Amino acid sequence: MNEIIFSAVNLNKTYKQNDGRFGIREIKALENVSLHLRSGSTLAIVGESGSGKSTLARCLLQLLPLDSGVVYFEGKNLIGLDKKELRQIRRYLQMVFQDPFASLNPRLKVGQIVGEGLVIHGLGSASEQQSKVIRMLERVGLEESDMEKYPHEFSGGQRQRIGIARALVLSPKVVVCDEPVSALDVSIQAQILLLLKELQSEMNLSYLFISHDLRVVRHIADEVAVMFQGKIVEQGQVVDIYNNPNNEYTKNLLKAIPGNRVAY
Amino acid sequence: MNQLLKVSDLSISVAAELDKQLVKNISFSLQSGKTTCIVGESGSGKSLTALSIMGLLSKQLKRVSGQIDFQGEDLTKLDGLALQKIRGGRIGMIFQEPMTSLNPVLTIGYQIGETLTQHLGMKGKLLKDKVDFLLEQVGIPSNRANSYPDELSGGQRQRVMIAMSIACEPAMLIADEPTTALDVTVQAQILKLLHELKGRMNMAMLFITHDFGVVSDIADDVVVMFRGEIVEYGKVNDVLGNPSHPYTKALLACVPDADGKKALKPIDYSWINEFKGA
Ligand SMILES: Nc1ncnc2c1ncn2[C@@H]1O[C@H](COP(=O)(O)OP(=O)(O)OP(=O)(O)O)[C@@H](O)[C@H]1O
Ligand SMILES: Nc1ncnc2c1ncn2[C@@H]1O[C@H](COP(=O)(O)OP(=O)(O)OP(=O)(O)O)[C@@H](O)[C@H]1O
Ligand SMILES: [Mg+2]
Ligand SMILES: [Mg+2]
Repeated sequence: MNEIIFSAVNLNKTYKQNDGRFGIREIKALENVSLHLRSGSTLAIVGESGSGKSTLARCLLQLLPLDSGVVYFEGKNLIGLDKKELRQIRRYLQMVFQDPFASLNPRLKVGQIVGEGLVIHGLGSASEQQSKVIRMLERVGLEESDMEKYPHEFSGGQRQRIGIARALVLSPKVVVCDEPVSALDVSIQAQILLLLKELQSEMNLSYLFISHDLRVVRHIADEVAVMFQGKIVEQGQVVDIYNNPNNEYTKNLLKAIPGNRVAY
Repeated sequence: MNQLLKVSDLSISVAAELDKQLVKNISFSLQSGKTTCIVGESGSGKSLTALSIMGLLSKQLKRVSGQIDFQGEDLTKLDGLALQKIRGGRIGMIFQEPMTSLNPVLTIGYQIGETLTQHLGMKGKLLKDKVDFLLEQVGIPSNRANSYPDELSGGQRQRVMIAMSIACEPAMLIADEPTTALDVTVQAQILKLLHELKGRMNMAMLFITHDFGVVSDIADDVVVMFRGEIVEYGKVNDVLGNPSHPYTKALLACVPDADGKKALKPIDYSWINEFKGA
């Protein structure tokens, strides 16, 4: 088995929300979450809406402070790194955000958005950067001429693909994908999943793949962790979890896959 | 038959280049108590169709032809104020991207309440109870009513939008990928809720989705869009069971299966030259 490239140990995160006359309310979003991602493999995180998946993604990438816990990338503890060190590591640790619109700067053209990371990290000459951006846009099913357009000129699924191109163009090592294909029709979904797999074998990428769609997970993941109310309730090889779910919530997830003409 | 919505010959172009048509002469209709699903390629014009029905196309775009009859009125002839009265009242809507339509500086409880006050004049305790009830119905504890949108998860935001859209029990609900951010257990709960409204209020739904599982569960009719055109339109069993257009066939062949036996494959476009010729 491959070595572990990215791991988290006992992560805890509580949101505090000002609740007017009731004072401060605490929302426990992560409770003792631990996971390991092996190099070149895909770990899927599935779970109920509101169970803490996006919080986990943000905390792993140090975009959100943890209450406690440790995150290791290639053996290095990310907690407590200063801004400069983190920035250097971010090139290898990319994220595709759940809300494509909110995560794309509306004032930048798509070419600038996708190429921004290459510029920040000084990767290649200007013309090399340009051709990398074009190539990546084409691979996600967009066109060279789209470089000159602004995010609002794209459909929901096209925006999601811009976010994917932005993360992958940097040739990262680990990509945390938060619902990367949920807004895509099945044909584009298949295209993007195949692309992710292709890049995985080309560049030995590792994915942490957040999804609520078990049909998708089945095709892309090696291992699955199931989250429920801030905790990982079940974890293992994809095949085992599908054939032999132990947890009640996992069983419900498998049962509720639509398309069986259920009577509502 | 009680025809509720009839879209005829609708075309939408980029305002600055009128010959660049994004939606081309599409027509379809919807009856009370029925559900029509719109499926189709990413970028095929599904969201623009929904937005233009509600008069919400951005200024860069223009409806260049077509009529939109709703309850006997041509919506394209109404002014902004009249449309505003209909939106959120007789027509509920759920947008594809919740964050663009929720106000980040107002609590979700306030925003749901605003719709009820505006359209039904609800106030005070009655209003608060109704807001709490709506939140519970979409699976959000009512004690989260004073959260702001960015304090919610992606799926919770989507559910706030759903609660807002059904608050006034509209005659028609236009829902643009309303359950994409939801896991299947919550999705099932939401679809059940919408189904109840359909039965109780005879509500009609125009439901945009890319999930064929959902289509087969909820649709009466299906519209298939491809590059701005409707390429297939019919009863759900006919379209899914016996598709006639090559795009529909190719699209259905990409649907992932739950047990992972079928290999993923990209869509087959070998028929495209014929399509262009037609
Ligand atoms: N800034 C915040 N302040 C307060 N609570 C928050 C904040 N962000 C998230 N939460 C809460 O933390 C919990 C976990 O949210 P998170 O976004 O991680 O869920 P998720 O698993 O990604 O859900 P989804 O599938 O709906 O996207 C939710 O109950 C959410 O309401
Ligand atoms: N303001 C705009 N200016 C120019 N083109 C636009 C604008 N808005 C949308 N478009 C284009 O119109 C086409 C249809 O967009 P629409 O949002 O209706 O697609 P969609 O079918 O909803 O796709 P998706 O499934 O990805 O959400 C897309 O190709 C998009 O790029
Ligand atoms: Mg999330
Ligand atoms: Mg859309």
